[in-house]
Amino acid sequence: MKKLMLLGDEALAQGAMDAGMSGCFAYPGTPSTEIMEYIQRSELAAERDIHRTWSSNEKTAVEATVGMSYTGKRTMSCMKHVGLNVAADPFMNSAFVGANGGNLLAVADDPSMHSSQNEQDSRFYAKFAMIPCLEPSNQQEAYDMAFHGFNLSEHFKLPIMIRLTTRLSHSRAGVECREPMPENELKLPEDPNQFMLLPAFSRKKYKALIALQPEMEKASEESPFNWYEEGTDTSLGIIACGLAYNYLKEVFVGKTCPYPILKISQYPLPRTYINRIMAECDKIMVLEEGQPLVEEMIKGYMPNTKIIGRLDGTFSRDGEMNPNKVMVALGLPEGTDAPVPEVVTGRPPALCVGCPHSDSFRALNTAIEPYGPGHVFSDIGCYTLGFMPPYHAINTCLDMGASIPMAKGASAAGLFPAVAVIGDSTFSHSGMTGLLDCIYDKTNIVVIILDNSTTGMTGGQDYTAHNRLEEICMGMGIEKEHIRVITPLSRLHDENVKVIEEEFAYNGVSVIIPRRECVQTLRRKASKKK
Amino acid sequence: MKKDIILAGVGGQGILTIASVIGAAAIEEGLNLKQAEVHGMSQRGGDVQSHLRISDQPIYSDLIPMGRCDVILSVEPMEALRYVPYLSEEGWIITNKTPFKNINNYPEEAALYAEAEKVKNHLLIDADAIAKELGSPRSMNIVILGAASFVLGLNYEGLKTTIAKVFGRKGEAVVNANIAALDAGRKIAADKVK
Ligand SMILES: Cc1ncc(C[n+]2csc(CCOP(=O)(O)OP(=O)(O)O)c2C)c(N)n1
Ligand code: SF4
Repeated sequence: MKKLMLLGDEALAQGAMDAGMSGCFAYPGTPSTEIMEYIQRSELAAERDIHRTWSSNEKTAVEATVGMSYTGKRTMSCMKHVGLNVAADPFMNSAFVGANGGNLLAVADDPSMHSSQNEQDSRFYAKFAMIPCLEPSNQQEAYDMAFHGFNLSEHFKLPIMIRLTTRLSHSRAGVECREPMPENELKLPEDPNQFMLLPAFSRKKYKALIALQPEMEKASEESPFNWYEEGTDTSLGIIACGLAYNYLKEVFVGKTCPYPILKISQYPLPRTYINRIMAECDKIMVLEEGQPLVEEMIKGYMPNTKIIGRLDGTFSRDGEMNPNKVMVALGLPEGTDAPVPEVVTGRPPALCVGCPHSDSFRALNTAIEPYGPGHVFSDIGCYTLGFMPPYHAINTCLDMGASIPMAKGASAAGLFPAVAVIGDSTFSHSGMTGLLDCIYDKTNIVVIILDNSTTGMTGGQDYTAHNRLEEICMGMGIEKEHIRVITPLSRLHDENVKVIEEEFAYNGVSVIIPRRECVQTLRRKASKKK
Repeated sequence: MKKDIILAGVGGQGILTIASVIGAAAIEEGLNLKQAEVHGMSQRGGDVQSHLRISDQPIYSDLIPMGRCDVILSVEPMEALRYVPYLSEEGWIITNKTPFKNINNYPEEAALYAEAEKVKNHLLIDADAIAKELGSPRSMNIVILGAASFVLGLNYEGLKTTIAKVFGRKGEAVVNANIAALDAGRKIAADKVK
């Protein structure tokens, strides 16, 4: 057995490969990106030619896993929490068609929004889809759960969710690894109707999914990742989920926790354990990372038991858990409470010096000045920092791909000019359908696709429309003379302003593509060459 | 043996290199290790931190609890102060003095030094100048590591061997420069802390 130092993300990736995974499908997103990046660097993946190139978005990634699972092979999709919103349709339906080869959906939540536009708890999706969810509390569990997850998936013939959170995804620890298992053979589903969702089949499948619930609960009760720790003081019982279990153990390091503990890392909730802790203890404290899922659920178990958690105000409704929050809730001494010294100021992220986006924003600002503020709909990526001083160049950011349809809606309402600013990777992810809406409608709109040759925000990954932006726009039906490629450089400022002005003057769909490579990927390539 | 270390700096200043040297040295000594890295937005000139926990006992939390940190090891003075709430009463703050100014409202350096000196155990070092003097300005981070070496609880020779391994790919000259930086940092610390 070899021991490796791995991030939580990497432990899951290594586990999935060692458990015989044949293909990984993903779109980057912090904090999940390192799962795929690790597989792309892996020798085992290269040897076995495990599928490991990026997908256009999370929806196509999940759909590809369902296709691979159909063939009997083991597969995994990876995404950040908001990516699961994009993939929600295939995800929900995949619970109906189920799995043939083991199918894992790894989703990394980002409580406290270290690098995300919102905070949401993916466990709700697993509950919504009525499938099992695994929530590792440490790197070793993340590794082991890949094996366990594939087995569960093939046992129940269902996809399984593995839910990670930022602190585990991005923290490194020693992980004991096993010998790699062989991959599954290609073997189509025994039931030729399994992957066919027509209402007549779906009604049966839904009943079958409902009927499986007690067995899933039983699997949670027998899971090696759920357990009960006896305690002498039953005035309180603690339910600790996933990563929060670590924070609890941390608080009692070198001592024993006097209260009974129920550790949960596999859902649906293990009912007999919950009944036991609620019967044994006067009050229940729930420690969970994210939203109060378990807390809300157990309220229905024994309505008279007092439950302490995020809903009664003991823990804040939002934000990450940490050891200090647990100490305070348990009334333990917290150590020092020194504040951050007042002289310390924030250091907000900014566009890199020399970033091509900064020249694009300067040109756009000059061209749009006569029309006043409020015309620029943007999207998610490094370029969202164009909102910050000194640029103040964009007005909105909603979700990936929203810039073009939002500008279309505003244009339909009479706003002129209506400008969409979207990154090249975001355009591949979900920009094209919105653009097609505009073309269909002959919307008066200027779409600026910032081509820096990479997915900059998440550290520089490749993307599917790379080197194909003009062809895509032309193929979709935009006239050639209104697809304008410019080079965002300060010495070309006046020229670039003129191009933007010309396209404002055109009543129809224009695309402007400022093209210059991200300085970070350029730098990395240069140092690799050395 | 337990050491909870916060590494602090600004994106691109090399704190993850420090983390990998300490980490590899700790593993060489058979210790347990957890290291929480920071990714994402913070890469673009934002503040960067890493929680590094070493122990001969099992380690649970990936985050160091506030008030329990043994050493803040920082390559930038304002960033060192950002993590003071984590420091234990006997904890050390060991920081480079050279500011990294990428914001308009960067505070007065003197005020930062004064604040750091309020911490009972502090060590402020002009690591940039030392690294420059050695002819390898980029090894500033390793000067700080050398200065902190006496509080990390790790074998000093082990740190050197690890540096040789971590920088080995880059050639002998780079390895030697970094070992010289480590020694210089350690010596300065020894002179200051008497
Ligand atoms: C649905 C969804 N998936 C992934 C992400 C993470 N994410 C934010 S921006 C971005 C891509 C940015 O790339 P690009 O559009 O090329 O802009 P750049 O950062 O290079 O300027 C990604 C992957 C997200 N916020 N939402
Ligand atoms: S990483 Fe690249 S795209 Fe992002 S701000 Fe830096 S230079 Fe610009």
